[in-house]
Amino acid sequence: MNELILRTVTAVVTFIIILFGIQLFFAGHYYPGGGFIAGLVTAGAIILLLLAFDIKTVRSMIPISYRTLIGIGLLFALGTGLGGLVFDVPFLTHAHGHVMLPLLGDVSLHTAVLFDLGVYFVVVGVTMTIIETIGEEE
Amino acid sequence: MTVMFYIALALLSLAIVCFLYRVVKGPTVADRVIALDAIGICLAGIVAVLSIVLETSVFLEIILLIGILAFLGTAAFAKFLQKGVVIERDGNH
Repeated sequence: MNELILRTVTAVVTFIIILFGIQLFFAGHYYPGGGFIAGLVTAGAIILLLLAFDIKTVRSMIPISYRTLIGIGLLFALGTGLGGLVFDVPFLTHAHGHVMLPLLGDVSLHTAVLFDLGVYFVVVGVTMTIIETIGEEE
Repeated sequence: MTVMFYIALALLSLAIVCFLYRVVKGPTVADRVIALDAIGICLAGIVAVLSIVLETSVFLEIILLIGILAFLGTAAFAKFLQKGVVIERDGNH
């Protein structure tokens, strides 16, 4: 079966969707966005790869076990929460501040980004595990 | 000027109702898929007009999101109609 058009479009569109997901991730602090929907959009990009190719090819393209990704995300979230205990403040206390970076200028940095990164990994892992489990033929 | 935007919103909503009729009634699966795709496009139009009425730009990302989701759904349905399977396990058969 000829799938030339779908595969050619996928090669371009997948990167656009992943970039949009990253943009949503970093917009999440002040505007609509955040780790959860960024994870869902990234999972959408991987689903497009699954549509254009097949599970075996996509596994060789992205050699990450999605179940391990869930664990890494949960460790990120737990580690961000425990980080507050090191500085003798309550669990899940966050820190933020303004940093002067070269080229970028005044940048507002916040440790909640690390927590959001954990949410992002968990959402990608759970969504892709569900989709692959449903999509597999018996 | 705002009246025109409200008329446009009403017409787009009317179009979605007509597409819903095609989704429910549609004789073949292909009719329903095309109607669902067109509903997604109409939703993007409604969000665009709404962001003009409310004079805000935070809704514009939703248009991109609806476009991506509508494209994914249509591609999945088209593959299901052609091959009978959405996600293949092995491409060599």
